[in-house]
Amino acid sequence: MALTQTALRVALYEGPGAKSLSPGRRFETVKQLLSQGCSVRSAADPGDASVWVGDFDGGPATPGFQHVSLDQPDFAEAIDGVRIQEQAAPAGQWKPWFPVIDYDRCTNCMQCLSFCLFGVYGVDGDRKLQVQNQDNCKTNCPACSRVCPEAAILFPKYKAGPINGDVVSDADLQREKMKVDISALLGGDVYSLLRERTAKAQSRFSKERDADKALAERQKCLTKLAALSADIPPEVLASLPSPEEIARRAAEAAARARAALEPSN
Amino acid sequence: MSTPRILYCHCQYAQVLPKDVKEQVLQSLCDRGVEFEAVADLCELSARRDPLLKALADGGPLKIAACFPRAVKWLFAAAGAPLDAGQTEVCNLRVEAATAASEALLNAALSPNLPAGKNQS
Ligand code: SF4
Ligand code: SF4
Repeated sequence: MALTQTALRVALYEGPGAKSLSPGRRFETVKQLLSQGCSVRSAADPGDASVWVGDFDGGPATPGFQHVSLDQPDFAEAIDGVRIQEQAAPAGQWKPWFPVIDYDRCTNCMQCLSFCLFGVYGVDGDRKLQVQNQDNCKTNCPACSRVCPEAAILFPKYKAGPINGDVVSDADLQREKMKVDISALLGGDVYSLLRERTAKAQSRFSKERDADKALAERQKCLTKLAALSADIPPEVLASLPSPEEIARRAAEAAARARAALEPSN
Repeated sequence: MSTPRILYCHCQYAQVLPKDVKEQVLQSLCDRGVEFEAVADLCELSARRDPLLKALADGGPLKIAACFPRAVKWLFAAAGAPLDAGQTEVCNLRVEAATAASEALLNAALSPNLPAGKNQS
């Protein structure tokens, strides 16, 4: 899925040619439109909205504007029809969960880029870290924020601070650094730990050619990884690619991070 | 300074904002009949680089009802729409009571509160 579509812009119109709405009706209408993924402008000037919504007295004063009457029994369907026609983003197909970088804190160390196996991160033309593929991020997985030594990676929908954007305290920073140290002791990061273990398992597989054992070993790795990072949802762990694929992607990510860090001539 | 515009985020796709708080805040905007913009999910608009964010960031004083100011600051920046720290106030509906947040939004005085940082001019 590419995030190329933007939200349908709706004006809640109460100007000439329409009745003014009671506060309750205004509230219910805005809530309904938000649940359909629309952006709603409630103002005298409808701005550049694609569609006007209101209780019209024979149509809006400015003819030619697309409008949907609140009295229409199939109001929600009508709005959805406009959304499709305008090729605006559909509601609820993607939970917007992705990392957001606090560039006041980021030191461009590229640990996150080399850690993420899903190609979420990249670099811009100036080799500055960038979140490039938000929709590749695994929903509810904040793992990369755990490897950032600067607490510079936010997930605004995360439950706790500082990952959710709350102020970063000195204690948080110490904890973040400790996490990195712990993972370094274990072999670089949790993914390299996983890779090591799967590599060992792999050499055994080739000798034993026992698919059940291979699966059991992989599950053992995943359980270990889950214990190390209690935050990583089991479904994310279960959806990790095969050990070979992990090794390939990790090498790719590390190469991109190295390239970004190489001094330019 | 002109009257601050109001942006309300409904955080549609997560239970991040307490339901009663966000609904009371939206209700208070509707009760007062003030002008406002409401978005389903500011995070999603940021990921989609929705041009509405640039229009809001470039349009002068702005009050935003959403979550932590640090998150809001960098969500706008990620969309190529950096907020003006001197002209932006964020009401954090994750921690503020509905009445306090509504009062702050409806009050014409602006109290800028984006975190200042090394990239903040
Ligand atoms: S790990 Fe943190 S500090 Fe390093 S590049 Fe990523 S966001 Fe920036
Ligand atoms: S900006 Fe904050 S309140 Fe709005 S959708 Fe994102 S997490 Fe929710």
